[in-house]
Parts: sequence; C-alpha cells; structure tokens
Amino acid sequence: MIGWIQLALFVGVLALLTKPVGLYLYRVLTPEARVGLEPVFGGLERMFYRVIKVDPKREQDWKVYAFSMLAFSLVGMLLTYLILRLQHLLPLNPQGFGPLSHHLAFNTAASFTTNTNWQSYGGESTMSYFSQMVGLTLHNFTSAAVGIAIAAALVRGISRASAKTIGNFWVDLIRVSLYVLLPISLVFAVFLVSQGMIQNFKPYETVQIVQDSSLDSTLASTQVIAQGPMASQVAIKMLGTNGGGFVNANAAHPYENPNPLSNFFQILSIFLIPAGLTYYLGRMVKSQGHGWAVWIAMAVMFVGGTLVAWNAESTGNPRLTVLGVEAADGNMEGKETRFGIFNSALFMTITTDASCGAVNSMHDSMTPLGGFVPLFNMEVGEVIFGGVGAGLYGMLLYVILAIFIAGLMVGRTPEYLGKKIGATEVKLAAIGILVPVISILGFTAWGVVSTWGTATLNNIGPHGLSEVLYAFSSATGNNGSAFAGLGTNVPWYNTLMAIAMLGGRFMVIVPVLAIAGQLASKKLVAEGAGSFPVSGVTFTVLLIGTVLIIGALTFLPVLALGPVLEHFLMIHSTQLF
Amino acid sequence: MSTQAIKLLDRSVLVPAFSAALRKLNPKEQLRNPVMFVTLIGAFVTTLAPLVGWTQDEPLSFTLQIAAWLWITVIFANFAESLAESRGKAQADALRKSRAHTNANKLLSNGSIQIVPSESLRKDDIVRVSAGELIPSDGEVVEGAAMVNESAITGESAPVVRESGGDRSSVTGGTTVLSDTILVRISANHGESLMDKMIALVEGARRQKTPNEIALTILLSALTLIFLLVIVTLKPFGVYSGVSFSITVLVSLLVCLIPTTIGGLLSAIGIAGIDRLSRKNVLAMSGRSVEAAGDVDVLLLDKTGTITLGNRQATEFIPAPGVSIRDLVDAAQLASLADETPEGRSIVVLAKEHGFRARSIQELHGAEFVPFTAKTRMSGLDAAGLKVRKGAADAVRNFLGGAFPAEVDETVKRIASAGGTPIVVAKDGQVMGVIYLKDIVKAGLPDRFARLRAMGIKTIMITGDNPLTAATIAKEAGVDDYLAEATPEDKLALIRKEQAKGHLVAMTGDGTNDAPALAQADVGVAMNTGTQAAKEAGNMIDLDSNPTKLIEVVETGKQLLITRGALTTFSIANDVAKVFCNNPCDADGHVCGDCTVERHAA
Repeated sequence: MIGWIQLALFVGVLALLTKPVGLYLYRVLTPEARVGLEPVFGGLERMFYRVIKVDPKREQDWKVYAFSMLAFSLVGMLLTYLILRLQHLLPLNPQGFGPLSHHLAFNTAASFTTNTNWQSYGGESTMSYFSQMVGLTLHNFTSAAVGIAIAAALVRGISRASAKTIGNFWVDLIRVSLYVLLPISLVFAVFLVSQGMIQNFKPYETVQIVQDSSLDSTLASTQVIAQGPMASQVAIKMLGTNGGGFVNANAAHPYENPNPLSNFFQILSIFLIPAGLTYYLGRMVKSQGHGWAVWIAMAVMFVGGTLVAWNAESTGNPRLTVLGVEAADGNMEGKETRFGIFNSALFMTITTDASCGAVNSMHDSMTPLGGFVPLFNMEVGEVIFGGVGAGLYGMLLYVILAIFIAGLMVGRTPEYLGKKIGATEVKLAAIGILVPVISILGFTAWGVVSTWGTATLNNIGPHGLSEVLYAFSSATGNNGSAFAGLGTNVPWYNTLMAIAMLGGRFMVIVPVLAIAGQLASKKLVAEGAGSFPVSGVTFTVLLIGTVLIIGALTFLPVLALGPVLEHFLMIHSTQLF
Repeated sequence: MSTQAIKLLDRSVLVPAFSAALRKLNPKEQLRNPVMFVTLIGAFVTTLAPLVGWTQDEPLSFTLQIAAWLWITVIFANFAESLAESRGKAQADALRKSRAHTNANKLLSNGSIQIVPSESLRKDDIVRVSAGELIPSDGEVVEGAAMVNESAITGESAPVVRESGGDRSSVTGGTTVLSDTILVRISANHGESLMDKMIALVEGARRQKTPNEIALTILLSALTLIFLLVIVTLKPFGVYSGVSFSITVLVSLLVCLIPTTIGGLLSAIGIAGIDRLSRKNVLAMSGRSVEAAGDVDVLLLDKTGTITLGNRQATEFIPAPGVSIRDLVDAAQLASLADETPEGRSIVVLAKEHGFRARSIQELHGAEFVPFTAKTRMSGLDAAGLKVRKGAADAVRNFLGGAFPAEVDETVKRIASAGGTPIVVAKDGQVMGVIYLKDIVKAGLPDRFARLRAMGIKTIMITGDNPLTAATIAKEAGVDDYLAEATPEDKLALIRKEQAKGHLVAMTGDGTNDAPALAQADVGVAMNTGTQAAKEAGNMIDLDSNPTKLIEVVETGKQLLITRGALTTFSIANDVAKVFCNNPCDADGHVCGDCTVERHAA
C-alpha cells in the first residue's frame, strides 16, 4: 500500500513540475527570451561568447550545429583522457592515486563525454578529487547540456518551416549550463548536504568499527571511509541523468543517498528535465496536447515497468521461499533496508527509463523478471522520459516512425505537425534506431562466444548472458548502470564498450540533427480534417505500441534466452544462476 | 482503351503471369525489393543446405518442407506482381492492335503528297487524313473538320467532331476519321504519342517507385536488417546457451519475422492503383500522380458540367400584373420555338408542362425567327401582327422604350438576387412576364461534397458567373468556397495561393488557357477532348472528358494509400504475433521450426 502511495505521489509531483520546468526551459532555449537569472549569470554568458568568439545572434544550419557539437565533445573527451592519464601529476590527490590505464582512461573519457557514466573503476579507489571534479563533473554538466541542446535543435526543426537554421550550438550549450544545470544543481546540492551528504576535501577517514569482523580470514577492527566533494557531484549526476557515482556503491552508499527523502528527490531530479522537455515540445510546436501525449505515453510505460519490477521483486525467489530464507516481503538480496523493495524497484526502473544509470540497489541480484525491466528499458532506447534531451529526441524518432506507419492508413502522405514525412526522414530515423540495435546485439553476440567475453564473467547460463547483454545495452544506451557480475576493467571490454558508447550517442545524434535540418527546411502543409492527430488517446496508444513493438521484435529473442529462460528455470527446476 | 473488363481468373492472364513470376526469380529483379530478396536467399540456402550437409541434425523432410514454403512465398509475391502487370499487358496488346503499321499522307512543302510510314513522322509534319483512314499520330487539326471515331482510346463508340481552331482541334493517333478530310499537324514524334504513352503506362514499363513507396521500402529494409541481425546473433547466443539452431530453423525464423506480406504486395498495389484508374478511363502519367491524388485536399471544380448540368433551365413563369399565365407561357413558347440553345429548349419543355404543345415554326405563316445577337441580347419571333421578344431585362426595357411595371422589376430583382437568370418576355410592345432560369445542381453532389469534407478535402467552385449567382449555386451544391467571374489567371493565382498555404490542389481543364493552371496544380486532369496544350500540361487525362470524374480520381488515390497502409499495419502487427508465437520455442530449435511452418501454412 505504501508503495502505491509513493508511486502516485511521484507521478503526481512529476506532473505538477512538468509545466513550470517546461516553461523555464522554453525561456532558456529561446535566446531572445528573458530567464530572470541574467543579473547573476548574464555577465558570465556574455563573457563565454566573447572568449569563444561566437555571435549569439547567428544561428547555424544542422551541419554546422553537428560539427560544433562533435568538435566540442572531442575536445572534452581528449581533455578528460589526459587528466586521467596524468592524475598523479595533478593537484587534489590526497590518496596519491596513480594514472589510469590507457583503455580505462579511454573508456572513462568516452563514458563521461557521452553522458553514459559507465564506471569500469571504483571511484574512491581510483580517482583523485581533481579527476572527479574537473575531468568527470565537467562532463556531467556539458554532456547533459549537449543532450538538451540536441533535443532543442530537433524541436526547433519540427516547429520551423522553410528555414535553414536550427539554433546555435554554443548558445544552447552555454545557456543550458548557466541557467538550468548550474542553479538547480547548486540548490539541490545544498539540500542533499542538509540530508547528510558529505562535501569536503578531506583525506579518507579510518575509524574503529563497533564489532571486529573477519574478512578473508583476517580480522579487521578498522574501516576506511571515503570522503570528498560528494554533494556537488551527486546533484548534477542525477539532474543531468549522468549516473556516475562518486563512490562505487553509487546511490546505495549511505553518504550518496542518506535517506528516503534524498532518495525521492534524487529520482525526481532524474525525470525533472526530461518531463519538462515534453512541455517545451508542446509549447514550441504550438500544440500542448502533443507534448502531453508524449508525456503520457512515457508515463504509462514508466508505471508499467515499475509495476512489473515491483511485482517480480516482492514475489521473490520461490526456491529461497521453500527453504525458508527469503525475506517476508520478497527478494531483499542486494537491496538497502532503508529503501526496501518498492523504492529499489522504482529507482531501478527510473534510472534505466532515463539514461541515468545511478543505482540504489544491486541490479544483478534482482529476480530474472525484475532484471528484465531495466534491460528492456535500455534496449528500447531509453525513451521513457529518457536522458536529458536524449530521451526526447529518441522518442521523437519513434514518433516519426509511428506517424509514418499509421499516417499511411489515414489515406494521405504521412505528415507530422504539418511536415510531410518522406523517404529522407524515415531513412534517418531508421539509422537512429538501427545503430543501437546493431551495437547491442552485435557486441553481445560477439562477447558471449569469445574468450575475452566470458573470461571475466562471474555467472554462467542465462544469467551470464544477461550480464553481458546488460553491459552492452547500458553502454550503447548511454545509461551507465551495471548489472555487475561482469568484470569490465579489461582491455577488450573497456575498448569495445567505449566504442558502443560513442556509437550509441553520436551515431544517433547526427541523424537526429539531420532530421532537424530536413524538417526545418520543409514547407508547411495545411492541417485538415484528414491529418493524423498527434495528440489524444489514439496517438498515445500508437506511440506506446510502436516503442514496445520495435523493442519486442528486436530484443525478445535474446531476452528469451536470458532473463525469460532464467525465470522459467527458477520456477520449474532447482537451477539457480 | 478497351473498356471490356479483363477477368482476373482468365487463363490468358494467369498462364503468362505465372511464367513471368518464375522469370522474376532472377536475383537482379528481386533486389528491387529487399524483403523478398532476403526470402529468396533463404529459399536458396534451405534448398542447398542438405546438399552441402549443413543440416545433419534436422530431418531432411523438414528442411525440404521449409524450402518449399519459401519458394512458394517468393513465387506467390512475384505472381501477384505479374498478375497486376499482366492485366495491363492485355490492355496494352489491345491498344497495340489499333496502332498497327499504317501509312500516312505527308504534305510536303511544295504542296504535293507523299506516302510515308507513320513511324517516320516527326513533330510539325503535316499530314492529310481522309474518311476511313487512321490518324497516324497525335496532332492538331489545322484545316477542315471531320467526324472522328475515338473508340480505340475512349471506348465511346459515338463519333466526335474535330475541327481546326478552338478547343476541339486535337486528335489522337490511332483513331479513325469517318467523314471529310482534315489536315493535321503532328505534335508528337513516333513513340511519344498518347497511344505510346498509354501502352507504356499500362504495361508498367516506365513505372517508377512513388515517393511514399520509396519511404516505405526504406522502412521495410530497416526492419529486414534488424531481423537479419536478430537471427544472425541468435546463432552465437544459441552457442553460448548450448542450443544449436540449425540453418533451416534460422532461415525460417527470419522469413517468418520479416514483413513479407507488405513486402510481397507493395509493387502490386502500386500497379493496381494505375490499373484501377485506367479502368475508370483515366490515364495517369505516373504512379506519382495517383499517389498525389490521394493527398489532395483542395479540389477546384468547374461549375459548368461538374457541379451543374451545364445549362440553365427554365423553372418558373411569373406573369406581369394583368397578364394571365397562359398568355405568358404562350408568348414565351413562341419566342423560344426556333431557339436552339439549351435555355431556349428548356423554355419549350417547361411550356409543354403547362399544356402547350410545341408548334413548328412553319405552322405560323410568314413567321421569321429573330436570333440572339450580342448587340440586341434578345431573341424572338416576328410574324404577321405578332412581335415577341425575350431577353435580359435591360435589353427588353430598351426595346420597349419604357419602364416595366413595378412588380416585374421586383420579380427581376428577386430572381437575380437568388442567383437565377431572369428572362423578360414581351409581346407587341407589352411586358408579359418573367421566365426564371436557373442552374440545376447535379443530383447527389451535396452528399458527395459532405463526404469529401469529412475526408478533409475542401471543394472550390470555379465559375464565370457573377459573385451573386456563384454564391447561390455554391450554397445549393454545398461546396466550401467559390471563385466567381474567374479568368484563367485567377484560377492560376488561386492554385498558387492554396499551395502556399500548404494545400495540394487538383483541378480539371480542357482549354489551352487552362494549361498553366493544369501544370501548376498537383493533380491536373485534362479532358481528352481538350487541346494538346492542356493534355501536355496535366498529369492525368480523362478519356471520357467528364469533369466530375476528378472526385473519383481523388477517391482512387486515397484507396491506394489506405490499402497500402492497412497492409503495412497488418504486416507489422502480424510480425509481432509471430515473434510471440516463436519465442517460447526458442530454447528448443525443433519446436521453433514447426511453429514457422504453421505460420506460413496459415
């Protein structure tokens, strides 16, 4: 019961915040509009324009926009790579950590540049404070800002007609960082500190533990507790759907997620901007109904996924129930007692609906069907609210396909908000959907039959398959959460996953920007009684159907051999993985 | 074009279609259609697999059965396409017969006639065609007039008049002159005439994929690619899971998943669209224009002939004060007896309904018909002691040299304001009354326009009438808008305006002055009786020259898009069903294969 109330509360608060956040984003993403924070950040904004020599009034066509974005990301990635390789020479390294290996540095640089935040390392045992704050947190802001900028560029393309330009990348990047991410993160970080999260530059503390315990047959009486500037990084890690934890345990660690209230605001902050962007979409295309239709489609799939995961986890593992060792309320393995079954299932669903990847429980320890949910969420492209910006532009690819298929049934050439959907748009949308499929299925298939793929696998059978599948789904979808059970800090995995992350990000963004340019240049077709409506129940059902069908058609065979098979084996045999 | 329907299950169609289906197995042909191409590869693989020994773990009968189903799938898709094409081929053959080798009498520059084969004729050559001869190629009558039998093109056996000058000057190659001799200036080189174009079109020789077809093919290719990947990766997943999927099972799963329904029928649907139009005697210059017709949301309809019956008709006699209705009808009938215009005849018909038998003009001794002239704007009859006139109110007023009674003025005004045409009748210097002429809207049109409106199509009536008349008829017919006192320039401007607003516009036209508008419109249906310029400007030709058919053209275009959309949706939904049907069996390859067979048998 308490779970239902929390779910209703979460969806209700999200719905209430959607409009104000959307309107605020509209002002930020419309450079002529006044945001209200100009007295604080206006000078900084103008200074940035002067430094990078950008005329904020000059818009770019999609190719220049895409080139600017790629160049910016490449430079950022190189910078992080260098910081990680040279961290032993750089300041703020009280623990004296050495440089990262070339493949781990490549993987991590790609990971943070692409808003993935896959971590093949444990933060507290690998990264200096400087690496965390400059090399990584910088990307937490910029990669989120890039995602929002791309979504804004696509929405502009949809809303414009006979236009050449889709906005200015630098202006979007700077305005989103200064007016959205920075102020909200500041407030959020202060709130998190108030809940008990730490924010300091102290070396790690060694404390006496209450009761001596033995680990690997050595008696331990002390424990090292990691310290650091945590709140500042956690705020943007959630808000920017980055997900990279300050410590290895991520949001399951008591410092990184002290209590249920901090938990609630952390998951709320994941969906905050993605939900607001749907309102921005409606506002820009002058059809608020369309924005809400997209919102509802996302919300329905989100609630559905939560219910499946929640149900699977509270049902627990029948094998353990028989033995009498299962907790009364279900599968508590790998979960924090301060969050319980529901909040763990909810967090897991949200973090994989969006491309966040922060975790407050061990996904590897979920029941097979519980683990099915995050896999499916990531494989449909994280479009259920999704990553900041990435969720909206991913969903809009599905919108284009859905309208194309159904629009033909209306008896006229499919059109989306007055733009005819032709061969070029379908081709580009298909590329945007195909590339992740190729990456996930291709790399996973390669991995499970190779020695490099199975050497570091802790489990066998269908669960092992799920672990490899999860890793590549998470990397390709730029999620960053891990199923664990798979050691990825080896050259093969680090390198291939970095490629999957880069492909999953940029080979989707470039077609998206091309669609934006293509749609912007199109003439407007008058909307008539025969046009396919892009708001209302029919459209919402159609959109949900398209997402689920494409996901189902593509991934059900492999999911059947992974979690589904594991589920049946768990029920019908004594085999556990 | 031969209008006799070619039956679907005719031996003469089925047999060649089947052999064409086999010929289409050529991989080069199949490459046009990625879905069927993959199926074909699958058929090859499953057929060859037992020979190479890839399927030791499968019973041979199972593999062969799968192979058989795959071959049947491919051949059936080819068969559907060639069946659609062969109907066109049969029509083309019928057309070709009428275009059998002929000679033409070419007029040389020195005035002499030279007999040349019609294939050698070039544009701007002049030929002489006499009674009983075939017109060698498309052209324009430059001298003379003749009756021409155009049944080879239109299927209409009644001959039509073709004469130099005006809007009836164009003749079509392959039609026969029945009387008189005409000189024709050839307007199309050999192989480019209307007949050649028709043959090429119905045969599908020049068929290009339409924009929507291209987009749909891309979507289908993407889906096929996804499924190919799903199946290819299933093999390593199987290896990891310790399940060995045989090549037969993988191929059958793949074919089961890819959207074969729409893939196989896509091209047949496109051909069927053109075919359906050609059975309505409308010749579409490309599949693109058929598809555009389905997208049209503004229809420009000429009032005359499309919305109204073409002529105003007398509907009421309104006598002047002090005149009995019998006297008015009598005078009106007298004034119209010799009037051969449709309006005049309708007055006689209405008089008959009032009990006045039509009299012949000879019955009235010494009677003389006074025809309508632009100067007098009246017509009537002069006989001994009798002078009747009918005409426009002001013309009759001038003729009488005095004012009408107030009631008559009232009536004239009332009729005019209702959009009708008042005709005043005068006899021996006295006003007898007014005849109410009005446009008769064709039966069933308001319903039809309402249906179009529901489909999101706006109808605009084009008329040369004054705005008042136009408004009345527009209201009566139920069109959404009208353009009154329209000139060809206005029409062109209207099309441009609607297109600028993002609408797709369809119109019909026949005159040379319609050509720019026909070319500008997204769907321009030219009347076959129209001028060559109009036919070249339009992208469809209505062989029956019936402007109402524009509505059917649009409906056919819509049907084409709907059919294709419904099949796409069905195909994809079916795929989903198949995935769920197959997936539970994945862990066991054999069950899976059986499932595939069941699906294809269903």
